[in-house]
Amino acid sequence: MTTAARPLRLSVWRGVFYALMALGIVLTYIRFTQGLGAVSNMSDRYPWGLWIGFDLLCGVGLAAGGFVVTAAVYIFDLERFKPIVRPAILTAFLGYLLVCLALVFDLGRPWNIWHPLIMWNPQSVMFEVAWCVMLYSTVLTLEFSGMVFERLGWTKLVRYQHALTFPLVIVGVVLSTLHQSSLGTVYLIVPGKLHALWYTPLLPVIFFVSAVTVGLAMVIVESRLSSRALGRQLEMPLLSSVGHILSGLLILLVGLRFFDFWNCGQLATLFDFSYESRLALLELGPLLILPMFLLASPRVRNNTRWLYGAALLVVAGFIVNRLNVAITAFESATGGHYVPSFAEVGITLFIVALGFGAFTLAAKHLPVYPDEEKEEASSAVVTPPTAHAEAPNQRRRIAIPTS
Amino acid sequence: MSKRPMAILFDMTVCAGCNACVEACREGHGFSDGKDEIHELAADAYCSLNEKEDYSYRNLCRHCIAPSCASVCPVGALEKRPEGPVSYDAGKCMGCRYCVTACPFSIPRYEWDNPIPAVRKCDMCWDHVEQGGIPRCAEACRYDATLFGPRDEMLAEAWSRIEEDPDEYYAHVYGEHEVGGTSVLFLTPFPLEELGFQKRLGNESLPRLTWDVLDKIPGFAVTAAAGLMALGWIIRRRDEVGELEARIRTDRVTANSKEVRHDDRR
Ligand code: SF4
Ligand code: SF4
Ligand code: SF4
Repeated sequence: MTTAARPLRLSVWRGVFYALMALGIVLTYIRFTQGLGAVSNMSDRYPWGLWIGFDLLCGVGLAAGGFVVTAAVYIFDLERFKPIVRPAILTAFLGYLLVCLALVFDLGRPWNIWHPLIMWNPQSVMFEVAWCVMLYSTVLTLEFSGMVFERLGWTKLVRYQHALTFPLVIVGVVLSTLHQSSLGTVYLIVPGKLHALWYTPLLPVIFFVSAVTVGLAMVIVESRLSSRALGRQLEMPLLSSVGHILSGLLILLVGLRFFDFWNCGQLATLFDFSYESRLALLELGPLLILPMFLLASPRVRNNTRWLYGAALLVVAGFIVNRLNVAITAFESATGGHYVPSFAEVGITLFIVALGFGAFTLAAKHLPVYPDEEKEEASSAVVTPPTAHAEAPNQRRRIAIPTS
Repeated sequence: MSKRPMAILFDMTVCAGCNACVEACREGHGFSDGKDEIHELAADAYCSLNEKEDYSYRNLCRHCIAPSCASVCPVGALEKRPEGPVSYDAGKCMGCRYCVTACPFSIPRYEWDNPIPAVRKCDMCWDHVEQGGIPRCAEACRYDATLFGPRDEMLAEAWSRIEEDPDEYYAHVYGEHEVGGTSVLFLTPFPLEELGFQKRLGNESLPRLTWDVLDKIPGFAVTAAAGLMALGWIIRRRDEVGELEARIRTDRVTANSKEVRHDDRR
């Protein structure tokens, strides 16, 4: 461990963190005393800006790892992924909390945020999303609570929580499938406003598949980040096999996107190098097809840096895709451009920083990552270093300390 | 109080551009700040008046028969009334602005600078219409350019005007079929699209696009939950059986080699 560099780097990040907190508090005050117009560049032409495009659409997608990994482990019984379950649940739990926080900033009347509970409009996708997000946040809280109970040593509650795991996972997967795809359905009602490169009846499917993809990419990114910040991480063979599955999903996603362009007769538009076409190509080329090829190679998947780099590209591609749908796609129909204001970016960074802070705290104090010593010992016994990604159906019991 | 669906008919060919509708609308809704020329809808201007080649034309909420705005509102703050108006209840609204995004005519405006903001748009003078009265703009119009009445009568009136003077009119009643029909009808001397005022919209009701997907959700959720549960059970069972078999095999092997040691942690 680089003894001198570490504290320095940490203190720089701590400084950034406190600066963002201070900025966030000031901007929050302005937002709630003077209205949305005072802090944002949103307008009647662009009623949805960065907070919907990034904080909501990307936030929900980036937190998809929670349901993908729990489904893999508890439904498909891929036990070797068990060490990923907790970090993925923690990320998802915090992710959804942050999305709700972002909504408090974005909604014009956030004090009415609970209204969908009693004022029903089942015709509205937004109503369905609201319910799914509320219920899924509850599921995540229950799944997350296991770590807290364990830490507090409340064995009885831990046992109850364990008994609930399977039904919770099922409910979580169904709810996630629904609202991840419904965020795409949200845009189906504006065929006249959304650019043809992004408007497609397949939007819900594309949203769902890309969310699953980015959820897995986030598992890799996070493990790397937490290894840097906390010295804790998941073992490389495990991450490589996540990369392997990710590469399969990317092939599926690329196939789906191009089938859709062909199906909607948009292949020519895609390559006409207009403003929209260039942004679409950015999202599809270097940020989707490139990582697809990279991850197809075992050399990349087995190299910590390359794997991390490829996963970062996938995450970036996902973000560009959602921003394209939420913002770029509207520009030709509504006219003009939308660029987020300083304060919109500031509040977004404030929320992201809160997320990082909360994750660090939780990873430090809760049993999120498998205990290192025991893990090393057990993996030395159970997993020979050569056996990993290439043998997906060869299941191994990795001794997880369940204390 | 009649429940017959009502409509506004605006005839661009006879509108004199006198601005009486705009003034009546603003005054009636409490926006009496002396600003009277309205070219762009705003949170304090529910209708506008513009000119093109000696003609004046209005813009206002179309009060769609299948309104996108009301269909997307998660809390039902916007509501299509049987009399025709699409009304708004600020007390329900949570300010998601999906209605602003969804409206195919880009009508609703938001109070961006109000800390307690609301959606603003023409409400067809719901307060009057509810009592059997007529909208302020139609009341103020002295040229029979903005008319109000039962929608079928307004349509008949529109077509008879076209038939009486086919040279003057473009033979199309905007709003008769667009996006499934609207409760505000336009008569024009040339295609509205030429004004850059309205894009070509299909006759399909837009909320259907969402509903076609949403409709399938309850069935999907139940099937998916049951399917996943079965799948999980089968896979686990298969693994357990596989493991058991494997263990029996190793037990046999170890028994044969008389070496009783294996590292199964379960
Ligand atoms: S014109 Fe727009 S705001 Fe008016 S009813 Fe139709 S969808 Fe709603
Ligand atoms: S802004 Fe208000 S009225 Fe418009 S869709 Fe959202 S909750 Fe409904
Ligand atoms: S119907 Fe009422 S609210 Fe609508 S434009 Fe006319 S006067 Fe204004």
